[in-house]
Amino acid sequence: MPEQLVEAKELTKVFDDLVAVDGIDFEVRSGEAFGFLGPNGAGKSSTMKMIGAVSPATGGRLRVLGLDPEDEGAHIRARLGVVPQEDNLDLELSVYENLFIYGRYFGLSRSVIDERIADLLEFAQLEERRHSRVEPLSGGMKRRLTIARGLINRPTLLLLDEPTTGLDPQARHLLWDRLYRLKQEGVTLIITTHYMDEAEQLCDRLVIMDKGRIAAEGSPRELIERYSSREVLELRFPVGTQEDNAARLDGLGEKIEVLPDRVLVYTENADGILGKVIADGIHPESTVSRRATLEDVFLRLTGRRLID
Amino acid sequence: MVTRSLRVIESHGRVYRRTWRGSVISTFLNPVLFLLAMGVGLGQLVDERTGSATLDLEYLTFLAPGLLAATAMQTGAGDAAYPVMAGIKWRKTYQATLATPIGVPQLVAGHLGWVAVRLTFVTVVYALIMSAFGATTVLEGLLAVPPAVLTGVAFSGLVMAYTAQLKSEQGLAALFRFVVLPLFLFSGTFFPIDQLPDYLEPVAYVIPLFHGVELCRGLALGTEWVVNPVISLTYLIALVGLGYVLATRLMTRRLVQ
Repeated sequence: MPEQLVEAKELTKVFDDLVAVDGIDFEVRSGEAFGFLGPNGAGKSSTMKMIGAVSPATGGRLRVLGLDPEDEGAHIRARLGVVPQEDNLDLELSVYENLFIYGRYFGLSRSVIDERIADLLEFAQLEERRHSRVEPLSGGMKRRLTIARGLINRPTLLLLDEPTTGLDPQARHLLWDRLYRLKQEGVTLIITTHYMDEAEQLCDRLVIMDKGRIAAEGSPRELIERYSSREVLELRFPVGTQEDNAARLDGLGEKIEVLPDRVLVYTENADGILGKVIADGIHPESTVSRRATLEDVFLRLTGRRLID
Repeated sequence: MVTRSLRVIESHGRVYRRTWRGSVISTFLNPVLFLLAMGVGLGQLVDERTGSATLDLEYLTFLAPGLLAATAMQTGAGDAAYPVMAGIKWRKTYQATLATPIGVPQLVAGHLGWVAVRLTFVTVVYALIMSAFGATTVLEGLLAVPPAVLTGVAFSGLVMAYTAQLKSEQGLAALFRFVVLPLFLFSGTFFPIDQLPDYLEPVAYVIPLFHGVELCRGLALGTEWVVNPVISLTYLIALVGLGYVLATRLMTRRLVQ
């Protein structure tokens, strides 16, 4: 077992005239949860498909589980679990049948599959839905079933593309809890997301992608320390007065970022800055003092917000 | 390759266990309606005139094996149209399959294998109904089953290739309206192709269904061959191969990007 489960050098993916992935380097180590964070169109899903050995790389070098996806795709896929961005379950079949068919694709015997399905249904909290058709299940249940399906072959590496997009907060937290359990069981996870909180919750290490390139790499904490301040003060001003007020903030904090709807002040002490703002006679409509997040890192690196 | 293709067939079978109700009625009803309307109803008129003498057979008997081949074509084409579109685009179940050790060649081979299984069921039922109508004996009807299945599989591969490159399902409606239906009507199913205008006759020889109809009729009824059956058989088998190759290539282009 190589220590590096995935190694990419100068990895490139070009569609017709669109460069989706533009020569990126990264490695994923055994046992970690690795994230690709970035806005839609950053090249995350294209990268995931190349790792999943379903999309050939246009250029560069890629090794997954020590193998070359170009020649040994089927061997790689046999040891991967894949949870795609869109659920592609067979809606006409039952929960059990979806898992069973998938297990057969991996060449597992019926008795092994039945054993595993019992465990997976418990893991996905779908035991009572065993014989339900998939179509009427809730979004969260379908997602959990898709994850369970991806685990039927006991994968070494689980790929999750936007695992919680479109789920309500409760369903997201339940899913995070399941993924956290998997990590503790030693499954290596690769996750793409455009949610900061998700990346902070789940990832040991991540890369921030923008326009097909890697803008930064590190643990969530490292990235925040390197590219942001410890805290952020958000100020909202009445419509039409933001520009004038922002000009008066000059010199406060480490850096000021003016967004369309509010002004961010990066600082080590948000409450202290707020005191100064008010002492200077500036009156924001509302204020928020908070810890810096990966969203701030992304904004700092690219000048844009992650989700518009 | 073979075991993985078999697993794809198995999965189709699992899905069919859930969805057979939708198609089973047409499997039984279709032959009854066609044989009743065309074979018995129209057949009486044909037999009362000169038809019977020209054909040297009762019209119902003449019609039944050809209809078997034509139905196999329709079923094979149908199974490679909307269900394949669903797998590629609407439900994306092919994506899920291709994330496993199954590759596009096994996906296509498994699909064709499944179509062969389903067509065997459909055509055996058809053959039994034919004999119940007195069109053929049970044995004669069953003799027409293998070439009918072959015809259906040949069409299924070609239609799968066609579907693989379609952006929307409108192209499928066009396929059935402008290709499948005319073939159904003019491939020697309802009347011998020498009834066609002279300039159209050579066209019929290119049409796969014509060869399917010929084989079914010749095997079931022992009628005189219009074309050497070895040529017909070779042609259909070659088309199965062509369909497989084209479908694999176009599906790869569509799904492995």
